[in-house]
Amino acid sequence: MIVLFLLIPLSIVIAATFLVGFMWAVRSGQYEDTSTPSLRPLMDDKLNNEKENK
Amino acid sequence: MPDLMTNTADYADTRLDATLQSSEADTPEIGCFHCGTPLRGSVFTSRDKSFCCGGCQAVFELITENGLGDFYRFGNAAGVRTGSVPKVEEFGYLDDPELRERLVDFADGRTTRASFRAPSMHCIACVWLLENLFRLNPGIGYCRVNFPRKEVSITFETRKVRLSEVVALLASLGYAPQFDFSDSEGRRRTPVSRRLWLQLGVAGFAFGNIMLLSISSYLGLDAFSGPGLRKLFGWISLALALPAVAYSGAGYWQAAWLALRKRIVTIDVPIAVGIAALAAWSIGEVFTGRGPGYFDSLAGLLFFLLCGKLFQQKTFDRLAFDRDYKSFFPLSILRRKEGREERISLSQLRAGDRLVIRNGELIPSDARLISGPATMDYSFVTGESEPVEKIAGDHLYAGGRQIGGAIEVETVKEVSQSYLTSLWNQDLLSKDKKPSLETLTNRYSRRFTIIVLAVAAGAALYWSLHDSNRALPSFVSVLIVACPCALALAAPFTLGTAQRILARRNVFLKNASVIEALARTDTVVFDKTGTLTASGAGSIVFCGKPLREEEEGCIFSLAQHSTHPHAVRVAKSLERKHAPQPVQSFSETAGCGIEGIVAGHEVCIGSAAWLESRNVAVQSPATAPGSIVHVVINGNYRGCYTLSSALRPGADEAIRKLSKDYELALLSGDNEKERGRFREFFGNFGLLHFNQSPMNKLNFIRQLQAPGRTVLMAGDGLNDAGALKQSDVGVAVVESIGAFSPASDVIMSADMVPQLHEVLRFAKASVRVVQLSFVISAIYNLIGISIAARGLLSPVVCAILMPLSSVTVVVFACGLTTRLGSRIHRAAMPGGGAGP
Repeated sequence: MIVLFLLIPLSIVIAATFLVGFMWAVRSGQYEDTSTPSLRPLMDDKLNNEKENK
Repeated sequence: MPDLMTNTADYADTRLDATLQSSEADTPEIGCFHCGTPLRGSVFTSRDKSFCCGGCQAVFELITENGLGDFYRFGNAAGVRTGSVPKVEEFGYLDDPELRERLVDFADGRTTRASFRAPSMHCIACVWLLENLFRLNPGIGYCRVNFPRKEVSITFETRKVRLSEVVALLASLGYAPQFDFSDSEGRRRTPVSRRLWLQLGVAGFAFGNIMLLSISSYLGLDAFSGPGLRKLFGWISLALALPAVAYSGAGYWQAAWLALRKRIVTIDVPIAVGIAALAAWSIGEVFTGRGPGYFDSLAGLLFFLLCGKLFQQKTFDRLAFDRDYKSFFPLSILRRKEGREERISLSQLRAGDRLVIRNGELIPSDARLISGPATMDYSFVTGESEPVEKIAGDHLYAGGRQIGGAIEVETVKEVSQSYLTSLWNQDLLSKDKKPSLETLTNRYSRRFTIIVLAVAAGAALYWSLHDSNRALPSFVSVLIVACPCALALAAPFTLGTAQRILARRNVFLKNASVIEALARTDTVVFDKTGTLTASGAGSIVFCGKPLREEEEGCIFSLAQHSTHPHAVRVAKSLERKHAPQPVQSFSETAGCGIEGIVAGHEVCIGSAAWLESRNVAVQSPATAPGSIVHVVINGNYRGCYTLSSALRPGADEAIRKLSKDYELALLSGDNEKERGRFREFFGNFGLLHFNQSPMNKLNFIRQLQAPGRTVLMAGDGLNDAGALKQSDVGVAVVESIGAFSPASDVIMSADMVPQLHEVLRFAKASVRVVQLSFVISAIYNLIGISIAARGLLSPVVCAILMPLSSVTVVVFACGLTTRLGSRIHRAAMPGGGAGP
């Protein structure tokens, strides 16, 4: 069980990196418009087709 | 593709746009390749495609030449009609350094970033085109669309492209950005709830990790590894929980402190007390090494509370609930100076300037008419739907809209000192409605807090007499378990759900607490024009000897050439039956009538006075509601059209239903001629007031409120703005979502007016759901307190009880509200037809 003394802090450090990632996402405004990004994949498809045609 | 759109975005207004579009596509006529407008008369062609106007053709060429032809593969006729090709010079005023400074978000020597509101974007193709703008102009860099907000943010090179060029490009594509006067005053969007998201993230992080550590202690970890690990877990939990308490809980600390300073009890007080008790007790336990504390419950509590807060904070980005007159005014105005015309921004306007006002433009400040007879539509200011004729030298009030040819005016006052503006600058209107602290939750929490404190004190007293060691723990654990998490969640989740359900029916609430006000409403006041009656869609009846088919065709062809609202309506009523014929020697006497020769007939239509002055005997029908347009063909009087404003379909039924449960009143800026008609609908007890000025309306609402009534006012124009603000619930009725509406609490699509009764009933039902949820949370609290008062509260019990009560309440509240909401949907379908 002594290994827990290593694993627990490690798990928290990993979790903290996710928290930092989340904070970055919020600060960069990703939570402000949650519906337009869902449309973009549909558009990229069109654009790629066009490139292939050329 | 519009169908796809409705599936992906859950914005009801988008859906509305999509349905409008598809109904256009249903018409069998051949439409413009770009925008789908049915082709009539002259057609523009390019590469085998037909277009309705030069603007559409130009956009098509611009798009295809730059390799964006795929735009048209998103769907048929995805474009927006532009009419004509706008010139860059028209937007030259935007390059004025001072104005530019206020309009752009960011600018330095190299790059500039600006956001534009482009309400005409409506589908995925629009998003695609706008995000590919850089292909059309090499100076433009990165473009990003925020679809729900109908906003495009564009980065461009400062030296290569001017702001006016970017705007002209957008306008030429049909996405003319909307600027209004308030933009130039440095209006900035309220920052979105970033802080709340961050707080939620921190609380969630603490909650997840502490839970992970706590589960081991619930299961008796000591059996395997001794107390060392438990101590470590306690300290780690403490370290994780502190930022959550300090940062995530900050909103509750502040709110509770504020409430205490004002000596009132809001829901935040028992929450803050609960959090403080939990934190203090747990820290004590960790320091003394007695146990792991209640950090798991603490972090969970914060997490759930913040979820509720976020859920309630649904805002409708596209809609502005706090517009004032400035938003109605254009950003720029055409000034004539020393024989030259120049576009200047409205803030540069000074008294004594000469302005050119074109058809459909607003008079920005009180002015004197210099040249040209004017036809002023004051419906904006007074609600009077009939335009008023003015001659040179007359005084014009700001807010009037010119109908007809261009006129020249000289301003006599500055924008901020005009009649309309001064109305606005009254104390009342400049003040915001204070958000009421007297919400349901706060009423309950007051009693609740007193009871809890009494029980806690009682428990402490009891144990100090019997077993003094248990006095403090029982006191603290009562405070802990009584922390009204479920109580605090009941209202946000119920009202938030209700708000979403209503939004799907095109009724948008400023915030969730408006529902409580809707439920309290006992008096409903309507504006007439534009609210109960549909503007421009009234009935038109011809009186006199029936017209021959051919004669009707002539009248249609002639009326088509005028912009006077009466002529427009006559033309519209005949549009379906006839094709336009060429008109010779057309002439219009502004505000009086029009004449011309169509297919060899001399046709003359206009007002009685005008025709009489031309020696034609006119017979006006004795009692006609509404306006009259007389017709003379080849010198013979043929009869007249009576135009009456039509009640919205279903509005009469709605009024009858409402009259059973509510006091009703009608306020109109219009004259009395329709009194009889409305008396029928409103019954004998409804109050009908005509010829009401904006100030009269406001005072009327105030009088109603004096004996303690809760008044709902439904109106549409600036003339109702004062009344909307004074009323307890101001409902702005709009023809299309996103159109300008005065400051209000509710923005409602006009086709929901007949369902107002259902909406009010739903609001009442929602409030009842909140009350039921309170009962549930009270039961949980009773169980919890009964355990706590005996001093038996263990971390496990606490950790189970708290989330369980919260989850039950949330599921109950959301589920029941959704069920009730689906009921109004069904009721709304036959009349409204707004939903898909």
